[in-house]
Parts: sequence; C-alpha cells; structure tokens
Amino acid sequence: MATITTQAPAAVPVTEARPALWRRVPTGVLFTLPFLLFYAAFLIWPTISAFGLSFFNESLTGTRGELVGLRNWTEMLGDAAMWSALGNTLYFTVLSTPPLVLLGLVMALLTNRVMPLRWLWRLSFFMPFLLPASVMSLIWLWLYQPGFGLLNGALTSLGISEVGWLSDPSLAMISVVIATLWWTVGFNFLLYLAALQQIPEQLYEAASIDGAGWWQRLWSITLPMLGRTTGLVIVLQLLASLRLFDQAYLIYQGSGGPAFSARPVLEYVYDTAFTSFRFGYASAISSFFFVLIVVVSVTQLKLFPSRREDER
Amino acid sequence: MTAVATPDRSPRATARAWNVAGLIVTAIIALLWLVPLLWAVDTALKPEGETTKIPVTWWSDNLGFEAFRKVFTESDLVRWFLNSTVVAAGVTVLVLVTASMAAYGFARTEFRGRKVLLAVVVAGIMVPPQVLVVPLFREMLGLGLVDTYWAMILPQVAAPAMVFILKKFFDGLPRELEEAARVDGASPWRLYWQIVLPLSRPVLAAVGIFTFIFTWNNFFWPFLAVSDPDLMTIPVGLATVQSSYGLRYAQIMASAVLGGLPLLVAYVFFQRDIIRSVAHTGLSGT
Repeated sequence: MATITTQAPAAVPVTEARPALWRRVPTGVLFTLPFLLFYAAFLIWPTISAFGLSFFNESLTGTRGELVGLRNWTEMLGDAAMWSALGNTLYFTVLSTPPLVLLGLVMALLTNRVMPLRWLWRLSFFMPFLLPASVMSLIWLWLYQPGFGLLNGALTSLGISEVGWLSDPSLAMISVVIATLWWTVGFNFLLYLAALQQIPEQLYEAASIDGAGWWQRLWSITLPMLGRTTGLVIVLQLLASLRLFDQAYLIYQGSGGPAFSARPVLEYVYDTAFTSFRFGYASAISSFFFVLIVVVSVTQLKLFPSRREDER
Repeated sequence: MTAVATPDRSPRATARAWNVAGLIVTAIIALLWLVPLLWAVDTALKPEGETTKIPVTWWSDNLGFEAFRKVFTESDLVRWFLNSTVVAAGVTVLVLVTASMAAYGFARTEFRGRKVLLAVVVAGIMVPPQVLVVPLFREMLGLGLVDTYWAMILPQVAAPAMVFILKKFFDGLPRELEEAARVDGASPWRLYWQIVLPLSRPVLAAVGIFTFIFTWNNFFWPFLAVSDPDLMTIPVGLATVQSSYGLRYAQIMASAVLGGLPLLVAYVFFQRDIIRSVAHTGLSGT
C-alpha cells in the first residue's frame, strides 16, 4: 500500500510511450460521452437556441432573421391570444389535476383489497393509458358527437337535453378534461397501487388488534403513509397537465375549439411557428412557458424537500 | 327490534358489507372506463349506414368485420405499424445503451467535472420536450433530417430521467463483486458489461418497457418531424384518419381500435412487467 505514495514513474514499455488519445481520456468520460452527445445536441442546444431565437425575427426559411432585441417579448406580453391560450392551459391544469389524483387514489384503494376479478378491474382502469393520443381522441370525438354520439344519446334517453360538448365554448375544455381523466388516470392509479403495496402489513395487524375499523385504518395508517407518494403524484400530474397539447389539438383537429376556448399555450406556439411561420416569436412564447414550468418544478422541490436526499 | 339490531352487528358483518359495497363501486367505475372502448368496437362492427342512427343503439342486425377489412386493404395502417416499430425499437435500444453507460460512468467512475455534469443531466429532467419543438425542428432542417426515421429517433434518445433512474439503481448495488473482479484485472468496461448490467436486468427491463411505450405513443414530435405518409407512425397516421375518412365512422373506429391494439395485446402478455416498470419508473423518475 505504502508504495503508491511515491508515484514512481512506472517502467513504461516503449510501445506505449504515447498512448492513443482515447486511452488518455478518463474512462468515466468515455462512458458518459455517447449520452452527453445526444443530450447536448437534442436537449441543451435546443433549450439555449430557443432563448436565442426569441431575440430574432426568424421565419421558417432557416436563414437567421434580423436581431429584433426584446421586440418578440414585448409583443408577447401584450398579445391577448397568448394570454388566453396560457389561461386555457392553466384552466385545464386546475380542472384536471384534482380528479386525476383523487380518482387514481380511490381506484387504488378499491382494488388493493382482496376481491374477485381484480385483474379485470386493474385492466379496465389502466388500459386507456396505453392508447396513443390519436386513438383516444378519435374515440372521444365520436362519443361527443351531437345526436348520434353515445353521450348525447344517453342524455336524451334520460330526458335531458343535449349538450354541445364540442361546440359550446364554456364546455370545450371540460370535454378535454373528461377525456384526459379517462385516458391517463390509470398512470396515477398504478403509482398509488405500487405505494400501497409497500405499506407494511404489520401496521394494519396492530391496528386491527386495537379494534380499528376500515375507516380508521384508512385515515390513521393508509393516507399518512401515502403522503410522500401523493406529493409526487400531484407534482407529476401538474407538470403533465401543463404540457397539454396532443389531445386538445387532436380532438379539435387543430382548430383550437370553439372561439379558441380549448387552445392550450403549446398549441399557440405550434400555430405561431408552423402556420404563421414565425419561429422567433414562437420561441419567445415557448421560452416564457419554459420559465414558468421551471418555476413550478423548483417550487415543488422546495415544497417536498424529502425527495432531495434521493437525488444525491 | 331494529334499534337493538344495529349495535349487534358483528365486525365481520360490517367488513362483509364494506367489501360488497367496494366491489359494486369498483365494478361501476370499471364499466364506465370500458364503455368508450366497447362503443368504439361496437361502432366498428356496424355497417357504415347504421353508425349514425338516432336514437343511439348498441345492436345492429348486420354486425360484421367489413370496416376492419376496408381499413386493412385501403389504409396504410400496416405501414404505420412498421414505422412505429422501427422508431420505438430504435429509441429503446439507444436509450438502454447510452443511458446505462452514462449511469455507470456517473455511479462508478471518477473524473473531473463529473458532479457538474450529473447536476446538468438531473436539471434536464425538468425540461419539457414540448417547448423545444421549434429549435429542434430548425435543427433537423439544418441537418437535413426532416422526413427521416432519424428525425423521429435521435431527439427521443436524450432522456435524462432514465440516466437518473439507472444511476440510482447502480448506486444501490453492492461494490464487492466489482472490487473482486477489478483485483483480477478486469477493465471498467468488463465490470460494466459482465457484472453491473446482468445484475440490473429488472431496472433495465423497466426503463426499456417504459421508453418503448412512451415512444410508441409519442405524437407531437413525430407529427412535426415527418410529413411523408410513408414514414408516419401509428399516432401520426391516425391523426389524418378523421379528415380522410370523412363521415365513415365505422372505418374511423376500426382504425382507432386497430391502432390501439398492439400495446393492448402486449399488455395482456406482459401485464406484470408493464405494471411494475411503469410504477417503478414513474415513482423514481422526475
């Protein structure tokens, strides 16, 4: 052991006097390099590039437009369509997050008990999550049709008048929320189910001996033990909801819904970039939105500091 | 009589009542969750003329597979399926190779800048890929990759969350085996390939399945990167169905059902693995 301290110049064979370049690179760098190349090219660079582009009057042509300074940003701050699209995204997030989290929890609590046909219940709750957005949108577009749509058909058969699921501006986003609830609640359901199975059985046995009923065990053991998972599910759901694009775009086939009432901010970015071909302006909006998402993410790190130890 | 009976009920009877109530509620929710899919299948089985009947009915005297047959012969569904397979398999393989190597580098080797790079990778988990579409599209234009498989595959390989998940798993592996092999003169590459990877099969499966499902279903980026109908993946191709079929609802629903089928079939076969991998990656990711 002590021999190492003196770092004696090893007797290097002549043939290896000049090792190949890649041999002099630390092994760790070689291990991380392939990923880092992808990461730099397709994540870091686009992120920087988005901010950079937002100061240019860039269009689709690919040639760099003229530098316009903060003009895109000031235009954006006064752009009513941008604010209304951002408002739509936030509206969707606020409406969709509570039911997606709560129903996921309820589904997990229901099916974590011993009961017949458990595989069937799990399959029905989780299956929609495996469908591509386009499949889910085609199905819901069909369900929401006036007259011959299943939902309106059910309403009229109950003697209730039809609802303009896709045509009423005040309902347009709610229709997206309902479809999304059906589509993605299975993911939260699975997260809760996995967390439930990690609660030690002894806790329940001890509580049973003390005479605690199902309800008491739920409130004094299950829900407190799920606290950390709930924090995680809420954060993941908030971030997923803020990224709304696919289903809103597909259900309304790119129209933004009646009076643009279901156009999320990412669809506005898309419209600006690929319909109006204003890449610079679209970059300003997406950069702005990106900052907003980072703020939400950082806030969650502050709110749930228990996760930090994991990230070491 | 009734006043006496209530306090008399044994805890077991109460538990039974709860179980039955729970089962009924579960069955109702499950039915609600199945109805949209059943309705889609039902519509697809109807003849085209009967799909828009009012009042709405589940039954038709002429149920059949005509719409499915038409979709198979007239649409590019098979082509889209092959494209989806190429893209999802390509991304999954590249993610497994690059992310596991990077995770090993971060977990088991020392080099200058390791901590900083790791922090940069972890920070990248926060970046929603959707906000990068404009610069990414421009980049693909510049590289001349628009309308190629590469345009769909390459950007999806940059998945920092997967590196993070794998690194956390490697951190938890005991080092003794590697130490023993190192004493025997094994290089880091052999340690990675012959010791760490075989020990990591469950987490590699989880990362692989999760990546495959998400790539298979990804819509936004492939939708932008490709406009050539020959290169469309299932989600992108199906997005064109509504406009190209007009009011032929049976065919639209038949395409939707067929488009969703591959992953549903996979789910039936790999139910346990899929559930475990989604739960695992979901719980440890982000």
